[in-house]
Amino acid sequence: MSGDSSFLAQPGRRAAIPIMVLLLLGFVAPLLAVVGFSFMPPRTFGLWHEPSLENYERIFSDNTYVSLLWSLGLASLTVVLLALICYPVAYGLVRVFGRWSTALTLLFTIPLIVSENIRLYGWVLFFIKGGVLPGTLKALFGVEMGDFLFTPAAVLFGMVYVYLPFMLFPMTLGIAMVPNQMREAARDLGATRWQVFREVELPLSTPGLMIGSLLTFVLAVGAIAEAKVLGGQRIIPITHDIEIAFTYAQNWPLGAALAVLLMLVVSVLVLTVLKRFDLDQILGKR
Amino acid sequence: MSDSNYSVRHILIGVWTAAVLMFVFLPSATILIASMTASRYFTFPITAFGFDWWSKTINSLEVRSLAYTSLSIAAVVTVIAVVLGFFGALAFARYDWRGRKLYQKFILLPIFFPQSVLGLALLLWFNALGFTLSWKTAVLAHLVWIAPVVTLVMAIQVYSFDPSLEEAATDLGASRWQTFREVTLPVLMPGIFSGSLFAFLLSWGNFPLSLFTTGADNTLPKYLYAKMVAGYTPGVPVLGTISTAAAAIVLFGGYVAMLLLTRNRKAAL
Repeated sequence: MSGDSSFLAQPGRRAAIPIMVLLLLGFVAPLLAVVGFSFMPPRTFGLWHEPSLENYERIFSDNTYVSLLWSLGLASLTVVLLALICYPVAYGLVRVFGRWSTALTLLFTIPLIVSENIRLYGWVLFFIKGGVLPGTLKALFGVEMGDFLFTPAAVLFGMVYVYLPFMLFPMTLGIAMVPNQMREAARDLGATRWQVFREVELPLSTPGLMIGSLLTFVLAVGAIAEAKVLGGQRIIPITHDIEIAFTYAQNWPLGAALAVLLMLVVSVLVLTVLKRFDLDQILGKR
Repeated sequence: MSDSNYSVRHILIGVWTAAVLMFVFLPSATILIASMTASRYFTFPITAFGFDWWSKTINSLEVRSLAYTSLSIAAVVTVIAVVLGFFGALAFARYDWRGRKLYQKFILLPIFFPQSVLGLALLLWFNALGFTLSWKTAVLAHLVWIAPVVTLVMAIQVYSFDPSLEEAATDLGASRWQTFREVTLPVLMPGIFSGSLFAFLLSWGNFPLSLFTTGADNTLPKYLYAKMVAGYTPGVPVLGTISTAAAAIVLFGGYVAMLLLTRNRKAAL
């Protein structure tokens, strides 16, 4: 049959078309438009002007890149802290809690479905003067609490809080991938607890760890609500600069150039990490 | 000796997990407490409890229209995302075809992308196309992120699907449509179900995409954000609690429904 040789003969390819169309029109095209706009002269609103590098020059001469450094730094710290916080929990979910694991996992899922700004606002009411923590300290011990809200530490705290599930769940998957026999074998051969961790557990659960770290980093670098709600504009993350350029300042090309810088960092990271993994293996094809 | 070390470690892990869980739920608990105050401003410990703000919020026409907008967006997103995700997942995990590995990674890209930047890029894109921003553009924006998530969730189910079932049905004389309706669809039902649950809840709670793409239409998370920044009333925690409770009910309801579904299936076999 001549149809077999046509592009759409393979059923998998046909099935992929609808979502591919969506992503080409709703993901690739907008990002290309952003790249295009980043080379337009400042404060223009079309793509037909003479291309220029003015926006990029301005970012580096005006110190706007400082906000990019803030975002990258906070996101890296978030990843490190979350890796430390989540590892024991993920380990417990896979190896210790047994039949309670499903219920616990469900509990950890709930925050994901609540809008992040609502949860962050819960922290505002918790830490604010006269809020839950200062109020309790005052009522019980008569101690006045120093200001924590609206500091860089509060922003970091909020990011660690919001992105916790994104580290926890891939990590759990990763640890579940380590066969129990491997650990037992290592123990039988006389490895200490620490050696088992370093030589068996950690390397074999790396895919989950890497994917969790990557996901957390990427989302944290794009964090916007944390600085708005908990940071009180004390820290200006790159996303805030981009938003200002696109909205109040009406300077699309500048905003686009900032977005391109952020996208560059993110895509280099994502592409290098994703290249190393076989998704069929991770997601469960035997 | 090693046995007692073992159990000490397990206890430590248990305590740590409990602490992390508390950390996870503290803000929601705070919101709940703050919603029950009678006074205009929140102070803790609460001196006067009251539920006036609850009745005020529930009876507010504005809140109702917000909830309606959020609900419409979530419903439309769910239906479209499930259809796209269903076929997307078949292409992801069921069929072997040239370009599949590349496709799998491409699907992940919108998930591994900062949502606020995606929202702003779409804002620029919609403007460039001359679209007026409304809840409809928000549906598109949500889909770009949620359809890949649903595809992944369903793909996990598809991986465990045995293609020989389809072949057996065809060998027994079933037409393509019959095979699809009687074999493929029922077997993949749990995946479809959890996929739609995810789609609905992620859309219902989304803030960064809605912030830039809803235009004049307001969703609950966006409205709450505006109120947090300027014009706090105890209505904010009340609405936050309601929105959280609604999502939790959908999640647990879905979980129970899924358990019943699989139990019935097992009983029928």
